[in-house]
Amino acid sequence: MSEEFRILDCALITISTGEQAQNLRELRDRLLVTHTGSIYYHFWGVMLRHTYVDPEYQNDFAVWASHALHDHVIAERLSLIDPNEHLSIEDLRREIVEIIEQHLYEREHVPWTRTGDQFQFTRSQIVVFDTKQRVTSPDEFRNLIPRLPLGSIFYHFIDSRRRTAESKNDFSIWLSTFDGRYNELIEMLNTIDPYFTTLSSLRDEIADAFCSFEGGL
Amino acid sequence: MDNMLDNYAEIVGYEVIDHLKQLAAPLKGMKIIHVNSTKEGGGVAEILNRLIPLKIELGIDASWEVIKGNSEFYQCTKKMHNSLQGNRDDISEALLKNYEETGRQNYEELKEKLQAADVVFIHDPQPAPLLSFAQGRKGKWLWRCHIDVSHPYRPVWKYIRKFVESYDASIWSLSTFTQPMPHPLYLIPPSIDPLSEKNIELTTEEVDSVLARHNINRELPVITQISRFDRFKDPVGVIKSYRHIRKSIPVQLILAGGGATDDPEGAEVLKEVGEFAGDDPDIHILELPPDAHREINALQRGSDIIIQKSLREGFGLTVSEGLWKGKPVVAGNTGGIKLQVIDHYNGFLVNTSEGAALRIRYLLKHRDILEDMGGKAHQFVLDNFLITRHLREYLTLVVALLHGSDERIELELPGNR
Repeated sequence: MSEEFRILDCALITISTGEQAQNLRELRDRLLVTHTGSIYYHFWGVMLRHTYVDPEYQNDFAVWASHALHDHVIAERLSLIDPNEHLSIEDLRREIVEIIEQHLYEREHVPWTRTGDQFQFTRSQIVVFDTKQRVTSPDEFRNLIPRLPLGSIFYHFIDSRRRTAESKNDFSIWLSTFDGRYNELIEMLNTIDPYFTTLSSLRDEIADAFCSFEGGL
Repeated sequence: MDNMLDNYAEIVGYEVIDHLKQLAAPLKGMKIIHVNSTKEGGGVAEILNRLIPLKIELGIDASWEVIKGNSEFYQCTKKMHNSLQGNRDDISEALLKNYEETGRQNYEELKEKLQAADVVFIHDPQPAPLLSFAQGRKGKWLWRCHIDVSHPYRPVWKYIRKFVESYDASIWSLSTFTQPMPHPLYLIPPSIDPLSEKNIELTTEEVDSVLARHNINRELPVITQISRFDRFKDPVGVIKSYRHIRKSIPVQLILAGGGATDDPEGAEVLKEVGEFAGDDPDIHILELPPDAHREINALQRGSDIIIQKSLREGFGLTVSEGLWKGKPVVAGNTGGIKLQVIDHYNGFLVNTSEGAALRIRYLLKHRDILEDMGGKAHQFVLDNFLITRHLREYLTLVVALLHGSDERIELELPGNR
């Protein structure tokens, strides 16, 4: 039995953790102990910040390594970390620390930045609220996608991975309640990479998947 | 004031306003008070002038109170302001005693309203002691710091910190401006108001007439720096940049700022700048009255490029004002400017007069890039630095604060998917 889909939206507020790093070794040390929410924020929060998305470097650690430390080797290595490949934030934390430690081992000098350009650790709180919009069929949903707020895309397609048992997006979970009729579409949605993009591009990709679903809605 | 939200919707889009309405829904009827020390003048009053009516339109019982003090009180808070920004300015015991007594008197006067409030926003150090008199408080108290406290004069910060520590949370403009506190440090950058005189759309006729009044030649490119005559804004460095540019491209420079008559250092800098400029007819040094918002708006709109060559800067909202008018901004790589100018995207970050000259020459020679950056500049401010974003963050903060410290707060979502 299929359910109606409740469209939720979210807003984000940032909080300074008070931690900062002026060189790569300090960054490693802070990463070992910082709040998991801070690691999550520096990988995913950028999407909801609406700020400029650096086309070269997707996460804040890589951007800082490039712009403040001017160490493009570590910036490239950090940038290639895909948070989707890690089952938990702790796992992701270990991966970042490992990459930094390897780099510190290879280099003769620890890269530093000037005072004022330290990496500032930040975390966030998101407030989730009901848009009061409901859809009962994938067809109805398809027409709505281009007008979905970007906060809804973040909540249902990215944040969902942290709160659903299967680490899936909410749209796929909803479509699975239609007795297998949309398995192909679910597959298409599950293969969309939510990383290395912006929320508006992600919304376009989701809309494209619904439009090109050959099974018909 | 009717339908202010509709007026903003025409600029930012109805979906942004809908978002605000949904976010404000759980706060309907809630009493939120803002307290500061001045009703007019200064960025804080400017923002509150708009934020309060907007909150009211969203159904929140918002109000704004201004504390009163004698001349010694303002002498003390001026010293505090300077000290928090890093200047060594010791404050006498007598002034501090008067500061605390003023806090007590103001608390007594506002007691009823403050006790009834669900949320109290206290802006800057002037009213900070009010909380120390609020025994058994009901609502949440927040301290909003608009100042860069990254390198304060320690004795003065130590004194103010004892009042601030007891707040439920504090709000800062930038992560680098903060000081450690035993409560959450929220980050909310300031914003500009697109409907204010300083930023509202102007007709070409009005822009032309302001430029004509100041003898600006519309046939030559114009670069403009709007700022107080202050050494940290490096007006002499701006003239040096202009001279480098003039070697290859004819250009005019406008240096416009607030009146310097009541600021001895400002008058001195203005004199220095005038002497350095000499009798060059293409350098226009304009000393404008503090309320010349519309005139500044016209000067920015009539310029090709905005320059903000600060050596040290707090947040530097004049940068966003320039970007909002679709102008690339060439600015010093310092403070809050780094959050507003994305190098090579909506302008350039520079470290020297030579660097500024190089970037400006490049833009004047590549008009297509100048136009493209200008478009991105406007969009960047639309997305990040308008008052609607500021309001959204205040609302999110209040909702978050009332629901605890969880990373994800879900508002009444039974059976939520």
